[in-house]
Amino acid sequence: MRATVDGNEATASVAYRLNELCCIFPITPSSPMAELADEWSAKGRSNVFGSVPSVVEMQSEGGAAGALHGALQGGALSTTFTASQGLLLMVPNMYKIAGELTPATIHVAARALAAQALSIFGDHQDVMAVRATGFAMLASASVQEAHDMAAVAQAATMAARVPFVHFFDGFRTSHELNTIELLSDDDLRALVPAELVLAHRRRAMSPEHPFIRGTSQNPDVYFQARETVNPYYERVPALVEEAMARLAERTGRRYHVVGYEGHPEAERVVVAMGSGAETLRETVRYLTAAGERVGMVTVRLYRPFPGAALLAALPPTVRRVAVLDRTKEPGSFGEPLFLDVLGALAEAYTRGEREVMPLVTGGRYGLSSKEFTPGMAAGVFAELGRPEPRRRFTVGITDDVSGTSIDYDAALDIEAPGTLRALFFGLGSDGTVGANKNTIKILGDEGLYAQGYFVYDSKKSGGYTISHLRFGPEPIRAPYLVGQAGFVGCHHFGLLGREEVLARAAPGATLLLNCEYPPEKVWDALARPVQEKILEKEIQLYVVDASRIAREVGLGNRVNTVLQACFFAISGVLEEGRAMEKVKEAVKKTYGRRGERVVAANLAAVDWALEGLARAEVPEKPTSHIELAPLVPVGAPEFVEKVTAVMMAGRGDEIPVSALPSDGTWPVGTAAYEKRNISDLVAEWDPELCIQCGNCSFVCPHSVIRSKYYESSELEGAPAGFRSAPLNARGLPRSSYTLQVYLEDCTGCGLCVEACPVSSPADRGRKAVNLSWREPLLPTERENITFFESLPVAERPRVDFGTVRGAQFLEPLFEFSGACAGCGETPYVKLVSQLFGDRAVIANATGCSSIYGGNLPTTPWTANSDGRGPAWSNSLFEDNAEFGLGLRLAADQHSELARQRLLELKDPLGGELVEAILEAPQRSESELVAQRERLGELRWRLRGLDGGPGAADLDSVLDHLLRRSVWIIGGDGWAYDIGSGGLDHVLASGRDVNVLVLDTEVYSNTGGQASKATPLGAVAKFASAGKTVEKKDLALQAIAYGNVYVARVAMGADPEQTLRAFREAEAYDGPSLIIAYSHCIAHGIEKDGVILRNGLDQQYRAVASGYWPLLRYDPVLRSAGDNPFLLDSPRPRIKVADYAGRELRYSVLSRTDPAEAERLAALAQEAVDRHWATYEEMATRPAGRYAADARKER
Amino acid sequence: MADLSTNYMGLFLRNPLVASASPLSHTVDGVRRLADAGVGAVVMHSLFEEEVFAEAERQAELAEAGSESFAESLSYFTDVPGVEAGGRRYLSVLERAAPVVDVPVIASLNGTTPKGWTRYAHQMESAGASAIELNVYSSPPGADTSGREVEERHVEVLALVKSAVSVPVAVKLSPYYSSVGEVALRLAEAGADALVLFNRFLHSDIDPEALEVVAGLGLSSPSEGRLARTWVALLRQRLDIGLAASTGVESGDDVAKYLLAGADVVMTASALLRHGLGHAEILLDGLRDWMGRKGFASVSRLRGLLSVPPGPDQAGEERAGYVAALRAANANLVGPW
Repeated sequence: MRATVDGNEATASVAYRLNELCCIFPITPSSPMAELADEWSAKGRSNVFGSVPSVVEMQSEGGAAGALHGALQGGALSTTFTASQGLLLMVPNMYKIAGELTPATIHVAARALAAQALSIFGDHQDVMAVRATGFAMLASASVQEAHDMAAVAQAATMAARVPFVHFFDGFRTSHELNTIELLSDDDLRALVPAELVLAHRRRAMSPEHPFIRGTSQNPDVYFQARETVNPYYERVPALVEEAMARLAERTGRRYHVVGYEGHPEAERVVVAMGSGAETLRETVRYLTAAGERVGMVTVRLYRPFPGAALLAALPPTVRRVAVLDRTKEPGSFGEPLFLDVLGALAEAYTRGEREVMPLVTGGRYGLSSKEFTPGMAAGVFAELGRPEPRRRFTVGITDDVSGTSIDYDAALDIEAPGTLRALFFGLGSDGTVGANKNTIKILGDEGLYAQGYFVYDSKKSGGYTISHLRFGPEPIRAPYLVGQAGFVGCHHFGLLGREEVLARAAPGATLLLNCEYPPEKVWDALARPVQEKILEKEIQLYVVDASRIAREVGLGNRVNTVLQACFFAISGVLEEGRAMEKVKEAVKKTYGRRGERVVAANLAAVDWALEGLARAEVPEKPTSHIELAPLVPVGAPEFVEKVTAVMMAGRGDEIPVSALPSDGTWPVGTAAYEKRNISDLVAEWDPELCIQCGNCSFVCPHSVIRSKYYESSELEGAPAGFRSAPLNARGLPRSSYTLQVYLEDCTGCGLCVEACPVSSPADRGRKAVNLSWREPLLPTERENITFFESLPVAERPRVDFGTVRGAQFLEPLFEFSGACAGCGETPYVKLVSQLFGDRAVIANATGCSSIYGGNLPTTPWTANSDGRGPAWSNSLFEDNAEFGLGLRLAADQHSELARQRLLELKDPLGGELVEAILEAPQRSESELVAQRERLGELRWRLRGLDGGPGAADLDSVLDHLLRRSVWIIGGDGWAYDIGSGGLDHVLASGRDVNVLVLDTEVYSNTGGQASKATPLGAVAKFASAGKTVEKKDLALQAIAYGNVYVARVAMGADPEQTLRAFREAEAYDGPSLIIAYSHCIAHGIEKDGVILRNGLDQQYRAVASGYWPLLRYDPVLRSAGDNPFLLDSPRPRIKVADYAGRELRYSVLSRTDPAEAERLAALAQEAVDRHWATYEEMATRPAGRYAADARKER
Repeated sequence: MADLSTNYMGLFLRNPLVASASPLSHTVDGVRRLADAGVGAVVMHSLFEEEVFAEAERQAELAEAGSESFAESLSYFTDVPGVEAGGRRYLSVLERAAPVVDVPVIASLNGTTPKGWTRYAHQMESAGASAIELNVYSSPPGADTSGREVEERHVEVLALVKSAVSVPVAVKLSPYYSSVGEVALRLAEAGADALVLFNRFLHSDIDPEALEVVAGLGLSSPSEGRLARTWVALLRQRLDIGLAASTGVESGDDVAKYLLAGADVVMTASALLRHGLGHAEILLDGLRDWMGRKGFASVSRLRGLLSVPPGPDQAGEERAGYVAALRAANANLVGPW
């Protein structure tokens, strides 16, 4: 059976059907495999052995590997899916599983490792890091292969008893849609005979026939015992080959452990693994057709390394071999595949088994999904043809530092002329990707082969998408982006400014542009560089006002159906009448589940699209005077212009090695240079109505609402449109107040409007901050922002930190992040930056906050005008608490060193100053400012000394004499699951760290998987029938230690309590834990059609229902003899259902399983009642009933 | 002791007081409490096909938000059910409630598509509904829709549902037809097992301050019962199918009046919402007292005593905001999720 699926589905389809258990943990890009398995399991789909596999989500990949090991020892056929750091966390268990000769297959969507930076994209660094574990390794080069090799791996592991890692390239293969032939259940049964399953079960642990496994061995036998496995490994290549042969018998698809393709008497051969091999093979076909004596070797089985098969595959004529590794091992003699090939050849030659020793070179390519194109492949052959090919090289980048990179012809196009290549530029929210997936299905059903690959923006809100589609009569083997598109759909006029839109258009291509301009006017609206490109490439231009049509038929901003219809109408991929019939069929199928209105609207969209579509005449010469606006403002720092701006333009591939930092250190504050203008509606301030409460700026997730107060005289010279109002605070006469909206950074989420407490008496719907159209405001507001920035920032000691009203004047040092519009996490993060940013170091767990906090090209953490600001770093997902503790320990160590040196240098530096520094209390802002001044003076005096070791030492750690604020920030996936052990340990350390848990109650960044923070009754991935365990009470756990400051907050319910908790936590000299309710897109909430707009309302309801009681536990009170437990929210006033029922994560269950929804809802209410009773009782206990802080006087 | 039992479209009821469609029957517990309160039958709240569509659309939109936009999180939800899951909650409540109460549970349906009418009616029957009450009000008839067409629709819907189920089918009528009597006769001829007089619409209102249309939910008052009573009295002798009277039941006397006019059963939601479920017993006690005072030994003796031979008509139009108003009225009942 033929189907169009992606590599993850192709793999999961086999893995699921051949296993009984899946123990998993979500990690990009492998998560969809686990999610599919879970979905199938939930639907009761059975495996080929007639049972329904179970899917178990663990707390980490380490946990998944442990469970996998146990499940295998228990006799179940078990698997897991993972990638990158996840695979690394499995390493200890992998040695065990292999050491015990346990058949199992781990399916890996191979991904880069976090080194100088994290990357979610594909390469072989992760799988290469487990090549010593004893797992066999089988590589797939395409979606079809991922499907087939998943089966071959399982067949071979069962027969060989050696466990397998089956891997394929993350994203390139895992996320590429391609038309493949599916293996039937019978095929799978034929590959994995029942006898092998029974044999596996017989080896399981059982008290009926006990044995002991997992002994501790000593010098006498360990070594010999380790050598016992050799015969098992020796058999593997043959067993894999045999499984491949059986697969070929049933399907006609013939694979070998090592494959060769090319000229039978090739002189130059390139060896590779993974999707790069597919590109190489097509390139070799092209080159041999042109008469070149070249060939290529695909290594499918990598461990145990099939040396004999490799040697057999290489024609004896070969004189030069390049081995390509999609990995990097700094400091090694060469990358691993290169070393293996070189070793095999050298051994064969030195033993006289091979007449000629070819020259072997090693190259790196494709790290982090860097493109590997036919041009690059041909470049490698060309390099081999040079008189002296480089020993080691890179391909696909410009390495102007070490000179490793080879040249290649970027324009080489070897694709079959019958292939239709199309590119679509859309926005995340407009349905473009969905429509393209639909198109692929339609054309797949029409018997065409199809391929789809989708590229996404680095921002979570307002990002673009690029769809790369190919269709043709033959299977499509082109695992690289479309470079020469015959059809380009630009689904938003604004995207036309992106150079790549037309850069990838083939000569004579068709451009379909969604714009408001009629065909006769569109030319004049185009920028000159765009016109020039259109003329240069002789592009045929079509226009349609898809946005208007979508709006008018009732589809809002979803322009996908309109543009899909237009694509079919002009691409000619199908005859038009039939195409429209198929599109309409697809509409009914896709939208039928949503009811008649949606179907009717989409059908109308198809008809209207064809009416609205028109060809635009293109004159012979460019006529436009419009130039593309520069991406970053003139005068931006050099690095921003040379690196950041190039990345923003989508041309980051062109950046040479020399331009990039070598240790992962990047400048802060770059988000401010990227004016994204993603929302047509933006916040606008009404000075007349405003009561200057600061609520709007407090909750703004994107830090676009800023407040300043200043002497009214400063207004002299203000632009005419600059808005201000008399400051309504006492004690500051002749002062003015301005609330400035950075409208180009505003996402239009509307949280500010929701938070605004005033409404106009004349118009109740109008507030002191409202959403208005951005475009007309732009010119004035740009001037206003410039002027606003020239106004003085409030002096921190003069700001009232204790109130939301006061906090609005604190400069945010976290701004314009790419988080979702209306994000519930970022207001808390911003608050940390406002309150403590100029002396904070931040450890940030991997997750949403590390992505909106650190995903390039532009990042939101920034510095104040003194150049001070949060120093931020992301280590890993699992180790964040420990990483943060390390920062604290270093700070404490150096603070102690500084104090010691200070005492030693007391006399020359001045006793009074030294005393003052050492005894400074440093709690209030004025005390901190005073200390800063003293340290300035100290530094000055210190440099006046002649030096000496003590002085230099002191100088280097002097900054630590200012109380440093260490923050450990992460989501619930980290705090409740993968980092739980570390967090627990750090909280128990007694050290002065501040932990902020941004609790969205689900793994948000990887797309909504359940965590131990997911509440009872809520639906999430891996809890599709509703979670049946209560959320872990992290607060009570921490309170049990006695010396941990704990707060549970919800900004939308009580911002003042939030503010108080943050300040107390930071001031507390010991570990602090703040658990912050963070509404999230994964909750499924909206108001008036705007996603997340009711986030604050829901926070309020969560608290009002008693689900999220606000509390603080302050050990300082306990030490003073008072009850340290403070319940800050009033008794529940609404039912839990009135909170939860408004969120899709809960309400969806009452449609899938109403009775279960009712049962869980009742239990959830009971749980809340019970917890509330506990908390209320705790709030009345005497101090003595809480654990004392046993640390010595601090 | 007076015999309060009655027969309503072939169903044996222990007394003629029926809880009509209201938020009180949103849960199994709600239905049980209604039955425990002593009523003779429970009509569940209406299943609105329009709401099924709207909910499917809304949930799909929520589930899709943020999807296909960012490489790590290409979706946030899987498997959000479509319209096919619509009504599942309703049917689940019905399925669980019907067996645990000792009175008939009548399902109420408001469809919009032919498929919806038949599918849901059939599912309601399978879920244990003793009868089905059709709440025939779909999209607001446009200005160019004739009264005849509207009436035809009623007949068509009735025929469709009758062909799909074997339990009795009642039609809830509005008082706003050119000729209520004629419509009633046509429906009886088309196979209706009973007619319910009348449907009560939730008229929206306008807030002049906010310049907005606001949802309205008014509970009925006894004075409104006159129109229904008139029609029950007028139709009783022309029809040999069930007649249910609804609207404006506050006291035992109101029940008695309807029975005298010729109703087989008397329905109330407003009184129960207003005074609590205990009011059902007060109504029944009132009826018993009255029967005792007047010497009626059984309901069958007094039914239709004051019914009258053939009669007049009424006119009407409107409907905008009905579903919206109902939904708003139920907004406080977000759960069970």
